[in-house]
Amino acid sequence: MGAFHSRPDENDIRHLADKTGFSVEQVEILHRRFKQLSRDEDTLQREHLYGIPDLECNPIRTQIVAAFFDKRNFDKDSPQGTVQEIGFEQFLTVMSHFRPLKLRMTEEQREQLRLEKLQFLFNMYDLDNDGKISLEEYRHVVYELLSQNPQIGNESAAIADAAMLEAATICMGQMEPDQVYEGITFQDFLKMWTGIDIETKMHVRFLKMDNTTLCK
Amino acid sequence: MPVRDFLSTSSKLSPFQPRYEHLLLLVCVLGTVLPLGVDCNPSAENHQINGTQKKSFPVLSFDYLHVRLPFEIALWILLASLMKLGFHLIPRLSNIVPESCLLIVVGLLVGGLIKVVGEAPPVLDSKVFFLCLLPPIILDAGYFLPIRAFSENTGTILMFAVIGTLWNSFFMGGMLYAVCQIPGTGLENVGLLPSLLFGSIISAVDPVAVLAVFEEIHINELLHILVFGESLLNDAVTVVLYHLFEEYAGVGSVTFMDVLLGVICFLVVSLGGVFMGILYGLIAAFTSRFTSHTRVIEPLFVFLYSYMAYLSAEVFHLSGIMALIACGVVMRPYVEANISQKSHTTIKYFLKMWSSVSETLIFIFLGVSTVAGPHQWNWIFVGCTLLFCLVSRVLGVIGLTSIINKFRIVKLTTKDQFIIAYGGLRGAIAFSLGFLLDKHHFPMRDMFLTAIITVIFFTVFVQGMTIRPLVELLAVKKKQETKRSINEEIHTQFLDHLLTGIEDVCGHYGHHHWKDKLSRFNKKYIKKCLIAGERSKEPQLIAFYHKMEMKQAIELVESGGIPKIPSAVSTVSMQNIKPKRALPQLSKGKEEEIRNILRSNLQRTRQRLRSYNRHTLMADPYEDAWNQMLIRRQKARQLEKRMTNYLTVPANHPDSPTMMRSRLSSDPQGYSLKLNSGNVPAIVVDPATPQSPESMKLLDESSKPGEEDQGIVMRAKLPESSRTDDNVFTPGEDSPKEQRLIRCLSDPGPPPEEEKDDEYQAFLN
Repeated sequence: MGAFHSRPDENDIRHLADKTGFSVEQVEILHRRFKQLSRDEDTLQREHLYGIPDLECNPIRTQIVAAFFDKRNFDKDSPQGTVQEIGFEQFLTVMSHFRPLKLRMTEEQREQLRLEKLQFLFNMYDLDNDGKISLEEYRHVVYELLSQNPQIGNESAAIADAAMLEAATICMGQMEPDQVYEGITFQDFLKMWTGIDIETKMHVRFLKMDNTTLCK
Repeated sequence: MPVRDFLSTSSKLSPFQPRYEHLLLLVCVLGTVLPLGVDCNPSAENHQINGTQKKSFPVLSFDYLHVRLPFEIALWILLASLMKLGFHLIPRLSNIVPESCLLIVVGLLVGGLIKVVGEAPPVLDSKVFFLCLLPPIILDAGYFLPIRAFSENTGTILMFAVIGTLWNSFFMGGMLYAVCQIPGTGLENVGLLPSLLFGSIISAVDPVAVLAVFEEIHINELLHILVFGESLLNDAVTVVLYHLFEEYAGVGSVTFMDVLLGVICFLVVSLGGVFMGILYGLIAAFTSRFTSHTRVIEPLFVFLYSYMAYLSAEVFHLSGIMALIACGVVMRPYVEANISQKSHTTIKYFLKMWSSVSETLIFIFLGVSTVAGPHQWNWIFVGCTLLFCLVSRVLGVIGLTSIINKFRIVKLTTKDQFIIAYGGLRGAIAFSLGFLLDKHHFPMRDMFLTAIITVIFFTVFVQGMTIRPLVELLAVKKKQETKRSINEEIHTQFLDHLLTGIEDVCGHYGHHHWKDKLSRFNKKYIKKCLIAGERSKEPQLIAFYHKMEMKQAIELVESGGIPKIPSAVSTVSMQNIKPKRALPQLSKGKEEEIRNILRSNLQRTRQRLRSYNRHTLMADPYEDAWNQMLIRRQKARQLEKRMTNYLTVPANHPDSPTMMRSRLSSDPQGYSLKLNSGNVPAIVVDPATPQSPESMKLLDESSKPGEEDQGIVMRAKLPESSRTDDNVFTPGEDSPKEQRLIRCLSDPGPPPEEEKDDEYQAFLN
């Protein structure tokens, strides 16, 4: 998407709002934030996101930043790969995965939202874009989660293994000793999340009114 | 003494309970039939008679008076428990009728019986209720409060609790006053302030009743925490309103100043109660840090500090319930990190037991008090009370929800609203508060009590019984019975961090940001003070993982190695996930070598042991160790078929404190055996040893140096072979690979059948 001028015009905002599901005010506020982060440039780069001070104590910072630059999150059918910089529209698209549920939503829409959110999560785990979360990737995730503690030792491997085994048990049930479980596919991932209401958990409150941002 | 009052006449209770017939009959027979001196006070008699006439020594005497009080209390509690037992023996009854209803009916019957005898049945004394019966229930609720759900919905809960209760009180009070003013009802003497007082008493949702009913319907967590949280937090409002109106009902008017003071009082009462609870909670957590040597009294600290928090709050007329909840909530994470597993179980079961008994007693006494209490029935008053209760509740919920939904992300649907409105049950707190009213200031107290009891009966019986079919009918979401799994924990943590990160990127400080900040503050400062030793640095994921391991191990041990649902045992094992890292293929020569080493080691030890005489050496740890090892291997064979892979051996990693503590605290001989078994680590769970019934020992297998940690490596699943239990070394019809594995670990040597059981059985015996 082409770069915006310093202030997008009405049509663009409305177009974006329709596409991503945000309201017009929210789009404007996010645009302001985008400008603040990118230091008034038109595109956002990784360094800009790394520069946010609050993000430094987050153990999965790298993965969060990577998610913004992951092409899979921009469009459902887009090719795999990463980009070096993103424009406002992609920023907004990534953010739209965290929209909360609306009060009146049909079952279909809920299901759709749920799938979108879970796909986003899946992409965050699946680093090499092969459509499966392998044991190595899972271990990496656990390692990252525990990375802030000094004395992890080898526990992370054990935990990841146990988790993988459990996932395999849920998804596959019975397996012969010779069969190999490659990794968690997206379908298996969905199965793992059947009990949990991701659509109510994975959301961030987007403000409708601007407040003076206190951070950075 | 108040307790004596309410128990004053229950001594005649016993003859009419068929279960106690035997006891009393025996006592009466012995007491009356014995010819020899049935004498209560032999010494006094002797003094009077100047010692000339010697009284025969009383072999058996009957002196009921000096045990009367504890005897009667014990009898009541026994009655309550037997009732509870009885209900659950009748299968269909407990499905249709909630327990609380049955208990009230029992109370009615008992009260009726007492009245028939001619005695005055005891009434539920408010002091006993507030000081003895209520705290265990509230502590149980507070200690096991689901923090996550509660903190996510705090705003909503507070809105319902504070504003909802205020609305209910004023609406009820106002409407009742209006009705009373209608000429011809005979109620003109009910002034405005007494009506408002009555409104405030009757409007509070009762935690005991809500717990009793909601526990049986298994509704989804959100609704449960909303109604339950409301019932807990409205205590502060009720306390303030009650005292305010009671105080000024005598005076007759309330000025603006009083209202202002009332508001300030509310803030003081609620925040003061919470503060008191937090204070005691922190002290309790700090105390538990030092209890590693006196594990036995750990639960006592939890109970005592919580009760002290409650009583201290009551001293200052602060909200005792909120103090108790705050104490339990604050105390729990730190105490649980410090205490042993057994103490944890003890606390859980004691709390459940006490709260269950309390609840039962409360409902029974409600029934008895209904029969006992002076009643003044007034159709209009009671009818209007009931009507306005329902109306105000419904209006309140609808109105508040429309405001709340503007701020909530997950909106409350109409179904939710209905359940919240329908779940507003009244209970014993309302009754006790009404009972506390002074007859002089409130001549219409009896009428109030009657109305309160009617409302309680209606809500508990009608609403309590119908809520379950309604929940089914409306298809309200039920509680998800998912077991906490390690996957869920990983994902939840990941999600938390993700959402915090997104909030930071967005640039505003939201819910997740503050939660993250709080947890970091907690980790950095508070945990260091309050948690003993190494546990303070343990990250949550690891702590959770160890807890899961522990649970699995205990479950396995308790079930004797038999899985609960045999059909659901999965055949997936680690092999399926990491085939490449499976046990390395040993060359034949190497295998032979290993076997020789093992055999020679075993022979050596066997010889050594043979030279010891069982009678000359008392406690030979090595012999015991040998026996244990054999038994363990035997059991390991059985267990390895069914074990799942939470159990892990941190081969080169020092035990985490949890493991160490679990091992050492329950088993003083925390040694480990080293076996030259190549590089096959193994996990052994020991169900029964001489030392400790449930110890879990980890065999530290020496792994090859320089080998990277492979996480969990498990032996492949063994097929269900018809293996006898006794023989440790029978290969059976295993697949060759497994045979090799087994042989690596437990060397049989040349044809295993030869070396069979004789020698080993000798040691096992």
